[in-house]
Amino acid sequence: MSTQETRTGIVWDYAPAPESPDHVRLRDSYGLFLDGDFRDPIDGTRVPSINPATEETLAEVAFAGPADIRRAVESARAAQPGWAALSGLERGKYLFRIARLIQERARELAVVESMDGGKPIRESRDVDVPLAAAHFFHYAGWADKLSYGVGGRKVEPLGVAAQIVPWNFPLLMAAWKLAPALACGNTAVLKPAETTPLTALFLAEICQEAELPPGVVSILPGDGSTGATLVREPDIDKVAFTGSTAVGKNIQAALAGRGVSLTLELGGKSANVIFEDAALDQAVEGIVNGIFFNQGHVCCAGSRLLIQESVADVVIGKLWERMGRLRVGDPLDKNTDVGAINSREQLTRIEELVAAGEEEGAVRRSVACELPERGWWFAPTIFTDVAPAHRIAVEEIFGPVVSVLTFRTQAEAIEKANNSPYGLAAGIWTDKGSKAFEVASALQAGVVWQNTYNHFDPSAAFGGYKESGFGREGGPAGLRPYLRAS
Amino acid sequence: MDRVGIEERAATLGRRSIKTTAKQQGIRLAVSMTDLTTLEGADTPGKVRHLCAKAVCPAPTIPEIPSCAAVCVYPALIGVVRESLAGTGVKAASVATAFPSGQASLDLKLRDTEEAVAAGAEEIDMVISREAFLAGEDTRVMEEIVRVKEACGDAHLKVILETAELGSYDHVRHASMLAMEAGADFIKTSTGKAASGATPGVTLVMLEAIRDYAERSGRVVGMKTAGGVSTSKAALHRLVLVKETLGDEWLTPDRFRIGASSLLNDLLMQYEKTQTGRYARPEDFSRE
Repeated sequence: MSTQETRTGIVWDYAPAPESPDHVRLRDSYGLFLDGDFRDPIDGTRVPSINPATEETLAEVAFAGPADIRRAVESARAAQPGWAALSGLERGKYLFRIARLIQERARELAVVESMDGGKPIRESRDVDVPLAAAHFFHYAGWADKLSYGVGGRKVEPLGVAAQIVPWNFPLLMAAWKLAPALACGNTAVLKPAETTPLTALFLAEICQEAELPPGVVSILPGDGSTGATLVREPDIDKVAFTGSTAVGKNIQAALAGRGVSLTLELGGKSANVIFEDAALDQAVEGIVNGIFFNQGHVCCAGSRLLIQESVADVVIGKLWERMGRLRVGDPLDKNTDVGAINSREQLTRIEELVAAGEEEGAVRRSVACELPERGWWFAPTIFTDVAPAHRIAVEEIFGPVVSVLTFRTQAEAIEKANNSPYGLAAGIWTDKGSKAFEVASALQAGVVWQNTYNHFDPSAAFGGYKESGFGREGGPAGLRPYLRAS
Repeated sequence: MDRVGIEERAATLGRRSIKTTAKQQGIRLAVSMTDLTTLEGADTPGKVRHLCAKAVCPAPTIPEIPSCAAVCVYPALIGVVRESLAGTGVKAASVATAFPSGQASLDLKLRDTEEAVAAGAEEIDMVISREAFLAGEDTRVMEEIVRVKEACGDAHLKVILETAELGSYDHVRHASMLAMEAGADFIKTSTGKAASGATPGVTLVMLEAIRDYAERSGRVVGMKTAGGVSTSKAALHRLVLVKETLGDEWLTPDRFRIGASSLLNDLLMQYEKTQTGRYARPEDFSRE
């Protein structure tokens, strides 16, 4: 049959398939969104937002100063009684409207999310944006049923919520924060992350288009100092923060002794546990999805891979082969699996920890893929021969780097999985239902996935144990942090 | 095997964007992998000759479209196929072993095979005994394949699992392994006569079995999808599954085939669209 081969001689690879950014209505410059409109900062600055895949400036964005923050909190305070006085049904209508507008602008939002943050368009298109809309839909439905969400008790909103979101899922995290806060009758001042403010500003446009009353939502881009000023504002009732454990601890210290309620969703070093009786090919997909999804910039990433010794070689072999098929590159290409690292700063941190891993004696293998010249990139990497004491087994790398440890028995798997200051998520891979339930109930993790990983749904509660934080987002549990129940 | 995980992965690969040159090359590749098939009671020498002409030169107006890989018919017509295809490089393939049900004695199945080979079949598409497989008689399933393989002589043996009748992905993988252990040159999803055929999930599971078997034994086994692959989009999806499971070395007609009848003209119509920018009409290409 070799004549066939020589006659056709076809080499098949995917042609570039970039999603066009032409339809995106991106402004050159964005003000702060407060009191219902975009405004020039009083004492803030203007900072460029950079595309991490090209290092080009996408737009100039105003960062809020202390006077701007004060003004936003005042307008949120002023708007809050009126917003809370609306019936749940009416508040729900606003949220439904926002959800639908997100869907209408889905393509645009996906492109901007990928340009501003570096994540593959496949993910922003199929995960971030649809889930953001789904969260607004979900909490729109709760708005007129709040007391059912807290066991039939009488409820009232907390007041003004200060919300700080990270750079890894900019739009989705904004949706996670705003949707329940608004549904419960609170008003919100949201600070998007320093490196990824653009989709939150698009969300501000959507709030305008939805004719949300002025002051109900303010969006103030800024850096760490902006966030630090915001949580120290005297006239706030609630802080919700998603980000690093170090910053979370600072915020908690700053709020000590104040009547401000707090929820923290912090870092993680989540264990993905592969038992010998698992469906191994699907487990490998789960490992890939667990650690290379969004370049590993995921707080619940399955970065500590625990494999039962009897199947470790097989799984690592399959995983390495699969890693070689990941397509790393242009985030806007529809066939890209792994995009750009979000910032130079994050790339430096990844490189530093990976160097530490090599120094401590773990065996490093990185996929030999061609990386673009401009922008910030890191090839998918696996560490084997990792000891539990190594830094790469303990510290959050927040990049496309997986550390593999092995275990012999179920008890050892549980012990190793829990042997971490964090406790955000975990994965269990086994074909045995009884084992899955037994292990799941022994794991100290807020989310436990069985035979899957990194799946999110607005109806499921998400949050941490231990240094991964407290409070839940999603589902009826996500209403609690925004309500006073009596 | 985890059903949810398999189908999710297969569906994800269905969302690869295949455009412009990738689409053209993919379509040409798919044509070169097609086993152009007719398996009807009403097949006649005349119809089969027309089909052979189509397989050799699918689109006379588009010279860069290659020939198909083979023409696949019932044993009674294989002589006609062999004669029509002489010297073209397109293979003569015959189903055998009491296709499609396989409900006959082993002796009959062997004679069926021997006759097809004697009449000129270069490739044999046999069916496994699902009756034996579902009754748990793995040895009998393998024994039959071993004997049919002997009866094939130099002819290539494709073993049809008829996955729609096996009931689970675990069974699909197990049957794939039995067939490969017993000496199959290709494993094939379906007869095209059952309720479903080469679904993306089934295709993925069989490709993974081939990969694992090759790693363990060093022997390369090919894959044929058949049944339900009737559009260019579906065919390109199957090629993506092959590319990202087994790699580029499997993207040749020596290792991957698509059994189909109506697919070919859809491939030609889509190819023409990539060149002219306009959708072609079914009437633009001969049916057979």
